[in-house]
Amino acid sequence: MTLAIETRGLNYHFGQQQVVNELSLQVPKGSIYGFLGPNGAGKTTTIKILLNLLQAPREKVFIFGKDLAEHRIESLRRLGSLVEQPAIYGHMSGMENLHNRCLLLGISKARAAEMLALVGLTDAARKKAGKYSLGMKQRLGIALALLSDPELLLLDEPTNGLDPNGIIEIRNLLIRLATERGKTILVSSHLLAEIERTATHVGIINKGKLLFQGTIADLQQLSQPVVAIDTDDPVRAQTLLHAAGYPAETEGAQIRIPFQTPADHAQANKLLVEAGIAVHALQPLRKDLEHLFLDITKNN
Amino acid sequence: MRSLFISLRSEFYKSRKGLAFWAAILLPVLICGLIAFGYFNSSERILRNNMPPMGLWGQYSSQALAVMGMLILPFYVIFMAFSVNNIEHKNDTWKTLFSLPLQKLSVYSAKFFYSVLLVLICLALFMGLTYLFAHLLHLLIPAYRFDLYDPSLLLFQYYLKLFLSAMGILSFQFVLSLMWGDFLKPMGLGFVGTIAGIICANVQWKWAYLIPFSHPTLAMRMGKLRKSPADGIDIMTQEIWTSLAYMVVFFILGYFILAKKNIK
Repeated sequence: MTLAIETRGLNYHFGQQQVVNELSLQVPKGSIYGFLGPNGAGKTTTIKILLNLLQAPREKVFIFGKDLAEHRIESLRRLGSLVEQPAIYGHMSGMENLHNRCLLLGISKARAAEMLALVGLTDAARKKAGKYSLGMKQRLGIALALLSDPELLLLDEPTNGLDPNGIIEIRNLLIRLATERGKTILVSSHLLAEIERTATHVGIINKGKLLFQGTIADLQQLSQPVVAIDTDDPVRAQTLLHAAGYPAETEGAQIRIPFQTPADHAQANKLLVEAGIAVHALQPLRKDLEHLFLDITKNN
Repeated sequence: MRSLFISLRSEFYKSRKGLAFWAAILLPVLICGLIAFGYFNSSERILRNNMPPMGLWGQYSSQALAVMGMLILPFYVIFMAFSVNNIEHKNDTWKTLFSLPLQKLSVYSAKFFYSVLLVLICLALFMGLTYLFAHLLHLLIPAYRFDLYDPSLLLFQYYLKLFLSAMGILSFQFVLSLMWGDFLKPMGLGFVGTIAGIICANVQWKWAYLIPFSHPTLAMRMGKLRKSPADGIDIMTQEIWTSLAYMVVFFILGYFILAKKNIK
């Protein structure tokens, strides 16, 4: 497996506080790698290290197999990035921001219009970027990241501030870039559902530690959805379900069984109703990030 | 070198609509224009003194030189050094600049040279407009015999000296503005420094030449450093050497600050 990004036991401190702890990322070339974690987990710090904005020691960060500390320019030439809030010049228009970046990257200005069209900002091309909404700034940030047609994209919460349509567009764009143009994309988020829809690989970080790394299928194994059942007699319902082979667990007044198929939980419902238990509600639930973290931490 | 050139072009592109850039053009136009207007308006009173052409040139050009050397140049340099770096602090764009495939030294040098270039443009315009407006005055009021003496060499030398004397302040303020994104610290220190520098130079404190903010005032002192007008003036005086030494030291220091800068 060729790796676009690799970190080997990476550590980083802000003063006394350790923000990245023995992090060993492995981002396969051509993948969309979802970098998942709650706010303050160390995602942005890691991305900044990958861009050499925060300096890591030698032999710790590799971009396309080359040590970033020794091949900074060469590595950055293959990278496009969007870190935190998009860094744009507020006194310049969207188009001027892109033209300025074209100047710095030595690429044709014609590409600027193309990128604006790609992110849907053609109509606002002449408007001062400082007057853009958060979503528009985010789109411009994505256009800036894509401008040099980089092989590797590092996007820090790129859907922040976007409306649902914008989120879908960006999601589709990422998928297109990876599948049609063979780009490698590392996209950070604190939303599991967002990552599940786009990523092929996932890394979960919390308190600077990588808790999980694998394919999306591996993650789906971990984030097994459940069916929450409300009944008038949870104790008897659990006993009945157990007897029928369901690994039922109680949580408060609810019974939870793993979600298999709709037919399967219809069968569980039938079992309870036939036993004279009133079933008030049956609701499929996906584990939220917090629960997933708890599971992963428990497994680790 | 290519990195430096494109970074320099980008600096111009980013700031071409900003106050620091336009001040480099508007300040000389405004000040030289006002002086010329004053000479036009008060021509009768001025001509009553019957000054020889060289004296007239001396009196006329020293108006701009004195105002510029004493006050405007230090304040402009402080503001401009702040402005060139603040564009990145304000927009949080240091992270963008340093995540591009460009040498940090090129990004830094381009900013510094761009600041130097703005001072150069500003002073070159002062020199050119002083000369042009004088000849315009002669055209409008022929009794002003600006045509009978050619001050080009002296004007060039004075403005060159003023330019070199500003390099110490520029590099010092550049480092302060690089470190601090806020307005108050670099500007406040700069203002206090300028006033202290002017006082130290005017009371002829023997160590004044060590204070960057005193250099323009010291550089504009006429008299003992001056030879005959035909020979021009001594440009490389003690304060100019000190100003250039400060420029080298602060330029190197600024680069190390930037190279070690982590974008948190």
